[in-house]
Amino acid sequence: MTVTDPAHAIGKSIPLVRAVSAINWNRIHDDKDVEVWNRLVNNFWLPEKIPLSNDVQSWNTLTPEEQQLTMRVFTGLTLLDTIQGTVGAISLIPDAITPHEESVYTNIAFMESVHAKSYSSIFSTLASTPEIDDAFRWSEENVNLQKKAQIVLDYYTGDDPLKRKVASTLLESFLFYSGFYLPMYWSSRAKLTNTADMIRLIIRDEAVHGYYIGYKFQKGLEGASDERKQEIKDYTFNLLFELYDNEVQYTQDLYDSVGLTEDVKKFLHYNANKALMNLGYEPMFPKDVTDVNPAILSALSPNADENHDFFSGSGSSYVIGKAETTEDEDWDF
Amino acid sequence: MQLATTSTHLIYFSSVSGNTARFVEKLGLPAERIPLFPSEEPLQARDPYVLVLPTYGGGEGRGAVPKQVIRFLNDEGNRNLIRGVIAAGNTNFGEGYCLAGDIIAAKCQVPLLYRVEVFGTPDDVQAVQEGLDRFWTQQSTTSR
Ligand SMILES: Cc1cc2nc3c(=O)[nH]c(=O)nc-3n(C[C@H](O)[C@H](O)[C@H](O)COP(=O)(O)O)c2cc1C
Ligand SMILES: [Fe+2]
Ligand SMILES: [Fe+2]
Repeated sequence: MTVTDPAHAIGKSIPLVRAVSAINWNRIHDDKDVEVWNRLVNNFWLPEKIPLSNDVQSWNTLTPEEQQLTMRVFTGLTLLDTIQGTVGAISLIPDAITPHEESVYTNIAFMESVHAKSYSSIFSTLASTPEIDDAFRWSEENVNLQKKAQIVLDYYTGDDPLKRKVASTLLESFLFYSGFYLPMYWSSRAKLTNTADMIRLIIRDEAVHGYYIGYKFQKGLEGASDERKQEIKDYTFNLLFELYDNEVQYTQDLYDSVGLTEDVKKFLHYNANKALMNLGYEPMFPKDVTDVNPAILSALSPNADENHDFFSGSGSSYVIGKAETTEDEDWDF
Repeated sequence: MQLATTSTHLIYFSSVSGNTARFVEKLGLPAERIPLFPSEEPLQARDPYVLVLPTYGGGEGRGAVPKQVIRFLNDEGNRNLIRGVIAAGNTNFGEGYCLAGDIIAAKCQVPLLYRVEVFGTPDDVQAVQEGLDRFWTQQSTTSR
């Protein structure tokens, strides 16, 4: 069975909210709703803003094998964004604790559709129609990709609101990263840099999504009994293990031929830890398996390097920076 | 003149998601929290301290330092006692990663001591405990 068309593939239906009240943004129950809404609105972007065509030359320097890998990775990401936009974010609306939370989910859902569509912009800029069709066919036939989609979809249509939030947070903060690795890798080698710019915008959006859904999960868990808390914790770790095993196979399948599997796995561990933290759980993977390749880390965040802070650097290399140019007017000095 | 205290004094801010509070708790050092709401009594620093804060932001670097922390540092007395800053954030924010730490370091001319993601791993906790130990000993021997 294929789940590339998730809305039709579910079989079960997601409940809609039973009653709707007009949402009053002048009466706020949780300031986080406003803060996250504002951040999401400020972050808004469209693929048309990014000069992807500047990557055509660079694309032509990739081997056919590398091109195919890149296309496959991006169709995999397209599927996850489609699931999250069409099912995942929407499935969270009926259990929203505050009315404004509902609006945040509709914002997230729309942005996921933008993400999904943005990969098609990359494809149409860089590849031919048969190549594109080929990659989409691969996404429908790849066992591990279909499996991860199915695992997540099953929880989205299940009837436990907290489990839905766990599955959603793991998708936002963990499942994307086997794919995000590749554009960061190309970027670290000065390839497909405009594409990488676009992916960084997606990653930033996912960071807010994962934080927010994880936060609402923790709120929802607050009043639960110890027994229920234990049930949810066990479920979370079991689901993470299940998804992780599948991710490792997916990663091997994609990256073995280019020799990057071990590097990608470190990136997976590193992000799995942050997914757990978004849910309020202690990180699980130890330091020696989360030491992400520095080139990948600095492709993700140019400020992440070691000498940037006093304790991590060699000490003598540390210098206090100059004032930033962009400043808030609230400062009095 | 007061005797130099052996352990670092921390002042921190944390929003309702409480990640920074959780990190500070794990450090196990004396710490005071900058209040969340303007209606609360403002915090007044009395001793030298290291500031711990999360990064927020509306994009393009604006709003990276939470308003509550700006208000706290606008007070000259508070500002004069800051000795270093530790920032929290997430590398997935790209260029904005732990930007609040860079901004405070630059504005107050104190070192950005460490950056931590979300509420930190056990290794982060250890690195900060050890780092602060050394830093604070150095501080209390070099300053009056
Ligand atoms: C709306 C929003 C914006 C954020 N912006 C940034 C950012 O620009 N840079 C960064 O490193 N982290 C950013 N973060 C991540 C937070 O700094 C991080 O989650 C931190 O642990 C929050 O701490 P707290 O729970 O103590 O408030 C942002 C989080 C949210 C919710
Ligand atoms: Fe997305
Ligand atoms: Fe998302």
